[in-house]
Amino acid sequence: MAVTTRTEDLGYTPNTDGVWSWITTVDHKRIGIMYAVSALVFSLVGGLEALLIRTQLAGPNGTVLSADAYNQLFTMHGITMVFAVIMPIAAAFQNYMIPLQIGARDVAFPRLNAFAYWLFLFSVLMLTSSFFLGGSPDGAWTGYANLSTQVTEYVRMDYYAIGVQLLGIASIASSANFIATIFTMRAPGMTMMRMPVFTWMSLVTSFLLILSLPVIGVGLWQMFFDRNFGTLFYAAQASGDPLLWQHLFWVFGHPEVYVLVLPSMGIVSEILPTFSRKPLFGYSFVVFSGIAIGFLGFGVWAHHMFTAGLGPVAEAGFGITTMLIAVPTGVKIFNWIATLWGGKLTLNTPMLFSIGFIAMFVIGGLSGVTHAIVPADTQQHDTYYVVAHFHYVLVGGAAFGFIAGVYYWLPKWTGKMLNEKLGKWHFWLMFLGFNLTFGPMHILGLNGMPRRTYRYPEGLGFEFWNGMATIGSFIIALSMLVFIWNVIRTPRKGLPAGDDPWDARTIEWMTASPPAVHNFDRVPVVRHLDELWHRKYGVDEEGRAVPLPDGYVEEPAFIEEPGGIHMPSPSFYPMIAAFGLVTLGAGLVFWSSGILGVGMMVIGAGILMWGVFGWAGEPITREAH
Amino acid sequence: MQRPVANGGGRRRSLTRTLAVVPGALLLAACSSTLPQSSLNPKSAEARQIDDLWILVLVIATIVFVIVEAALVFAIFRFRKRKDDDREPKQIHGNTALEIVWSIIPAVILAAVAVPTLQTLFDLRSPAEGDVVNVNVTGHQWWWEFEYPDILDDQGRPLTTANELHLPVGKTAELKMTSADVIHSFWVPPLGGKRDLVPGRETFIKITPDADRAGEQIPGQCAEFCWLSHADMRMLVFLQTESDFAAWAASQTQPADIPTDGLAASGYETFTAVCAACHQAVVAGPGGTVSVVGEALAPDLTHFGSRSTLGARVASNTAEHLAQWIDNPSDFKAMAPDLNDFGTGRILGMPDYGLGDDEIAGLVALLEGWK
Repeated sequence: MAVTTRTEDLGYTPNTDGVWSWITTVDHKRIGIMYAVSALVFSLVGGLEALLIRTQLAGPNGTVLSADAYNQLFTMHGITMVFAVIMPIAAAFQNYMIPLQIGARDVAFPRLNAFAYWLFLFSVLMLTSSFFLGGSPDGAWTGYANLSTQVTEYVRMDYYAIGVQLLGIASIASSANFIATIFTMRAPGMTMMRMPVFTWMSLVTSFLLILSLPVIGVGLWQMFFDRNFGTLFYAAQASGDPLLWQHLFWVFGHPEVYVLVLPSMGIVSEILPTFSRKPLFGYSFVVFSGIAIGFLGFGVWAHHMFTAGLGPVAEAGFGITTMLIAVPTGVKIFNWIATLWGGKLTLNTPMLFSIGFIAMFVIGGLSGVTHAIVPADTQQHDTYYVVAHFHYVLVGGAAFGFIAGVYYWLPKWTGKMLNEKLGKWHFWLMFLGFNLTFGPMHILGLNGMPRRTYRYPEGLGFEFWNGMATIGSFIIALSMLVFIWNVIRTPRKGLPAGDDPWDARTIEWMTASPPAVHNFDRVPVVRHLDELWHRKYGVDEEGRAVPLPDGYVEEPAFIEEPGGIHMPSPSFYPMIAAFGLVTLGAGLVFWSSGILGVGMMVIGAGILMWGVFGWAGEPITREAH
Repeated sequence: MQRPVANGGGRRRSLTRTLAVVPGALLLAACSSTLPQSSLNPKSAEARQIDDLWILVLVIATIVFVIVEAALVFAIFRFRKRKDDDREPKQIHGNTALEIVWSIIPAVILAAVAVPTLQTLFDLRSPAEGDVVNVNVTGHQWWWEFEYPDILDDQGRPLTTANELHLPVGKTAELKMTSADVIHSFWVPPLGGKRDLVPGRETFIKITPDADRAGEQIPGQCAEFCWLSHADMRMLVFLQTESDFAAWAASQTQPADIPTDGLAASGYETFTAVCAACHQAVVAGPGGTVSVVGEALAPDLTHFGSRSTLGARVASNTAEHLAQWIDNPSDFKAMAPDLNDFGTGRILGMPDYGLGDDEIAGLVALLEGWK
């Protein structure tokens, strides 16, 4: 497919060189790349935290870490992996791929998009800096009250209350952006039911975030007020209720699980058809089961509280809704297997990770069903069995899917193919290491090992499987080094990818790799689900795909834009506003230290004002200069 | 209602065990005496009810697992693209009948599992009936307080002990639980599922230890993260015959003697001057007058010498360990005594009082003598 650069139509000359061009960019693709790089870097931080944890637990009565250090590390491991790795890698794909998949030239609010990225980045940096500035959050990523409001002498849980709050604002901003983009900026003919499944699942997660984040937002403010202003929301001695926090947290926290895994399910739903050379089996069922999971996800939160004493009626109700959610999840898995069925499978790296996703997610899904069995859950709750379960869902599931996405889409981002041999090494090492790490944790939990314990005594039979898990964790680390090496070498040494290296199905493969700043020289008119495939293949009388003769595409194949293409101009105000907001937040963290905190708040508010007013007064597209 | 647990439960269990060929080996390995804290090794009626349910679900889940993964693996090998095959596959978009079938089958399986789940749930959550041993449990950072409200000493004070729970076998004990500070969770896996101890609330758990388990000591520990020493908030449950339990209760309701000479006597002076700021003891003076010394902010020490562990099961209760503990408690487990606030009753650990060797020796003699 010939690519013509129509920069002369753009109305300005995009400055694409130097750090300044990245700081001021509002291009969804560059923001996507920044999310991806950030997620990769923070995965090293979160991974290092995990390796320290596993080293401490390699044998009984570990002495590598103090209890205090361990508590900070496991808390930050959870926060880092959820908010700084999995969510931003999802945001990276959503930013980069949604406009390309629906035939848009950018997202609906490009500067808001940049703001969301910078707010995310500065918030995570603030949270991570806590290791050196006052101590990190040490009340678990769930931040249960009233432990989180107990010790106010340290600022640690203030970092949590403010940091997660700011990350939530960033997520709401980008979710609103994706919803507006998907609803209003689809190419002609791209009806909702012709949208790629990844875009669909991203739409669902955007709604989940917008509806669930305000709930934890309220909870976090109450925590911050309890800690700093003497309120008593969670204080039992004043008729407050510690369980209130658990409800607020899990009304966010359970949908959040689907926020982490649904985009990954979307990616797998793109990859399996491409490399099976068949359409996705039951597209509408896969889409609607994703929506059903999103809805039901709001009705299961109390299954995280089956030991809290809610009473048998509430426990029975939430047990049944939790069982129910297995049905749409099963539908997805069966449809994926049916997609493979009868296909011609190419088992390259994206496919291996996608199949690995299914295989591991089945385990995580089944162990999830055992949590719905309330009496059994009272044995499993807060043990390593649960740790095993959610790592099978979030690593074997979500992370495998996102890695599959990297191997699948990075050629579009860079124009170069990742190395297939290194990719296979990465897959098999990670598959082995992952199962060696987290498989034994099921056994440990059932054998009575609680989670969040910095050491365990001899004589309880925990030694062997903990040792295996530690070995496994280092194999995962090795596999990630192979992955990072593969990614780093690709822009220089990768083989050229071309526009459509996989003979794929969706319209992001119709434009150049990497795409020009305006994405498509000519935006395609969409007539089918899997539009690109239908421009390349028809079916014979047996129903088998046959290549269409060259030039066979229904007209008009592309829309005409006689007025030229108008892209938004770069702006540094979003970054300024985000920096001001995080400085303001950091001031709140240090509120208790008086002048330091108040000073930072004043400065932060000033910077925020500068950013917001500069942003408001700036035209979105400046004239050519 | 007394359930015919031993017969019905046992038969179903052996049947399902036979079916569970794949996880069977794993489970059998788990049911050895080397795993004293295992939930797969039930030693009470309640734990066995949970275990029966778990085995049922495990068998079903294993069957589903094998079928789904087999289909996946089969598809990978069967439909892998072969070099000599250039034909494209048939473009199949879906099949509504199949979708309905694989929506309904899981729903039916889950409905079938829901029935015993709810039965067991309501059964376990029903109040204990009949001749019940009542225990009030209070969680503290990082130790357990056990009070038997129906077992009183001569002055009418209930039996109070710490970190070591004694229960008679064959009778149902009902634990009424709350927390003095943050949320904890009572968990002794072989005796049943866990239950949180929530400040400002009361939660309940029933335990009916198996009659043939008398003489066993079963470890358990806190299962809800409660900060620094969460990992070291452990306990030990002693299962006793009814007569042994009665004898234990009788000795525990006796006051401790105030020693009159030797090391222990000097130790008692240190106790009243230092330890009594947090610890309590019921003591009998030379004339037989019984009084309570100290504050109930930390474990009751009246019968400290009769316990087999110290520091919430972080070490065996020997004179040497006790001396080390008094010398520097934070050596044994992480605590934060610098944050103690007597005004609000927030106690986060025992400080190092910098006692001299003589004072420590006196305290060891005193406390180890308080059987």
